[in-house]
Amino acid sequence: MTDNPLERLLLTGNEALAHAARKAGIRLGSGYPGTPSTEVLQTLDAIGGKAQWSPNEKVAMEVAIGVAFAGARALVTMKHVGLNVAADPLFTVAETGVDGALVVLVADDPGMASSQNEQDSRRYAVAAGIPLIEPSDSQETYDFFGHAVAISERWGIPVLFRMTTRVSHSKSIVRAGALVCEPPRKPSFRRDIPGRVMIPAYARPAHRRLRQKLEQIAAWNESGPLNKILPGTSETGIVAAGIAMMHAREAAPDAPLFKVGMSHPLPVEAIRSFAAPLKRCVVIEEGDPIMVDTCRAAGLTVEGKPEPFRFGELNVNRVLRILNHDTSPETAPPPGRPPQLCPGCPHRTVFEILHKLDCIVSGDIGCYTLGVLPPFQAMDTCVCMGASIGVGLGLRHALPPEQARRVVSVIGDSTFVHSGITGIAEMLYNPPETGHVVLILDNHTTAMTGLQDHPGTGRTLDGEPAHTLFFEDMLRGMGVPDIQVLDAQADPTVFEKLLTERLQRGTLSVIITRKPCLLAARKQRQADPGG
Amino acid sequence: MMNMAMVTNIVIAGVGGQGVILASDLLSEAAFIAGLDVKKAEVHGMSQRGGSVNSDIRFGQQVWSPMIPDGTADFLLVLEPTQGDPNRHRLSPSGTEIVPAVMDGVQLPHPRTLNVAMLGVLSRHLDLPMDVWTAAMNALIPARILDMNHTAFATGRSIGERTSGHA
Ligand SMILES: Cc1ncc(C[n+]2csc(CCOP(=O)(O)OP(=O)(O)O)c2C)c(N)n1
Ligand code: SF4
Repeated sequence: MTDNPLERLLLTGNEALAHAARKAGIRLGSGYPGTPSTEVLQTLDAIGGKAQWSPNEKVAMEVAIGVAFAGARALVTMKHVGLNVAADPLFTVAETGVDGALVVLVADDPGMASSQNEQDSRRYAVAAGIPLIEPSDSQETYDFFGHAVAISERWGIPVLFRMTTRVSHSKSIVRAGALVCEPPRKPSFRRDIPGRVMIPAYARPAHRRLRQKLEQIAAWNESGPLNKILPGTSETGIVAAGIAMMHAREAAPDAPLFKVGMSHPLPVEAIRSFAAPLKRCVVIEEGDPIMVDTCRAAGLTVEGKPEPFRFGELNVNRVLRILNHDTSPETAPPPGRPPQLCPGCPHRTVFEILHKLDCIVSGDIGCYTLGVLPPFQAMDTCVCMGASIGVGLGLRHALPPEQARRVVSVIGDSTFVHSGITGIAEMLYNPPETGHVVLILDNHTTAMTGLQDHPGTGRTLDGEPAHTLFFEDMLRGMGVPDIQVLDAQADPTVFEKLLTERLQRGTLSVIITRKPCLLAARKQRQADPGG
Repeated sequence: MMNMAMVTNIVIAGVGGQGVILASDLLSEAAFIAGLDVKKAEVHGMSQRGGSVNSDIRFGQQVWSPMIPDGTADFLLVLEPTQGDPNRHRLSPSGTEIVPAVMDGVQLPHPRTLNVAMLGVLSRHLDLPMDVWTAAMNALIPARILDMNHTAFATGRSIGERTSGHA
């Protein structure tokens, strides 16, 4: 609407975050793709910000730490399991602190629309001792990002910015106004050896400094701008954060609502005064009982939710059930049609043959995980990105030889760069007696999360040409004795013979099956019609 | 016609590749241009491989949750025949289901425009003026395929005229 001073936009939470990041002068957004976080960096790039894919979340976090050590503003993005990978640098940068801003976006996936577990990443904020901000729609995502930057710079502390699928992927209206943070400073190196070199002598005081900062932030948050009370007339009140707050307000519009925006450190005293006049106060949170436990530990009389509501997403009806103490069995929604490998997908041939040869398949994560479903049913384990190689080696070490010889590790190209390379080092260093076979399914893209580039594709996030990591050169340099490259889809019989022979041989082999993903090839043709 | 002070709830259901997300983007954009509060939620991420995709669109004076509670959708727009059954529980008892069979025998400019044509059918049941639909299409559809989609929408809308009696 042109007569409005503020631009009115209809944005997903992820888009809103990117707009705020651009507005806040984020120097660099780094990350690794992962549903539901992926579109943040893609949007940041599309609207003129600087964004990069890293090989994995740990490296992305480290790059962001460097940016923030330089006094600039950094954003790093990942899905919930990515934070497990990046946890090591996160815990220590909490103690060193930062000069600029470091905002860590983690996108959780309650209900697991597209994930291998249902972890509640809010626990990381508690464990690392850093502030935790939880927006509930796109407008708050935009506004709270400014607060995250301001808090990070004021206290020199990384901030965990936690979204969930329904905040990241839902669209709602945003008025893209000014953010609360100051204009960014000019980056400049400031030497601070005891502050940033975490030998024990310097780390001990750093831990104390962190807890002092957190105490100050806790006091600030008691009357801080991120929490809000929505009035109501009923004697039952609700404490809620994130998307759960939206469901709660719809389910019980008359209930006074304490809407938590910064949930660690939790504003317990403010909640205590809110709850005091109420007959009943219910904490509505998706996932683990974190806010409710914190309230109870502080001596507040609050209700949580029955155990069944720990699992899956909340929604208006489930919130009503919680409020009504209704734990009668919930009817599961009718199943939709599950996803399948695209017709003509190059992964299909590989899984047909793995099935035919009755291999024990130590699998990994990507489109090819769908090789577990009929008609292939050719995957026996899948734990986390990169695990195929280590788990395959462990199986080889423990199984009787006739079974061990059937074990194959299967890993995609993006996953190989993410966390498969150290698995190869392990294989070379501690080879199983029966040898091992690793299959790299190189389709030249990160297909699973929507066709992102990675260090092996020769293109950066913005589609520009980049250095290409050649897997066979790298493997040769590491000393892998046998490296085979072929297109299994073009030559299925050659592939079958090769795999059969290598499994019998008992040496260490890496077979790279190389054929671009159909959709990636199409996207590339559209981006580059001349080529 | 519904009362715009209330929230209108619409579920669009189909499979990956049919343009469920574009249809839901167009619908939410139309309501947005009309000046209403709008929220839209969907689960996506694995849609490229033919799995179910659906999207919830809600608009009115003020919308809280982006997800439509089961049994309260005013409309269920089904783009693929198999996707009616798994989503019918979303519909309110007085809600309207619009199925792809309404397009049987109707000439579309391209089979891929079914999503937009079905939106045209739906548009007849909604209180959004034609100019916001036009503006939404102009804003979101690439120029190369814009004309064909305007035609598809108009085709659907003319069918909607014939079927909207029971809304
Ligand atoms: C730690 C972690 N980060 C991100 C993801 C999300 N994710 C799942 S698979 C995958 C990569 C898939 O790419 P690739 O291995 O090349 O296989 P493809 O899908 O192309 O077959 C990503 C990014 C994840 N599951 N875990
Ligand atoms: S997106 Fe690509 S890799 Fe994934 S199933 Fe389709 S063709 Fe295969």
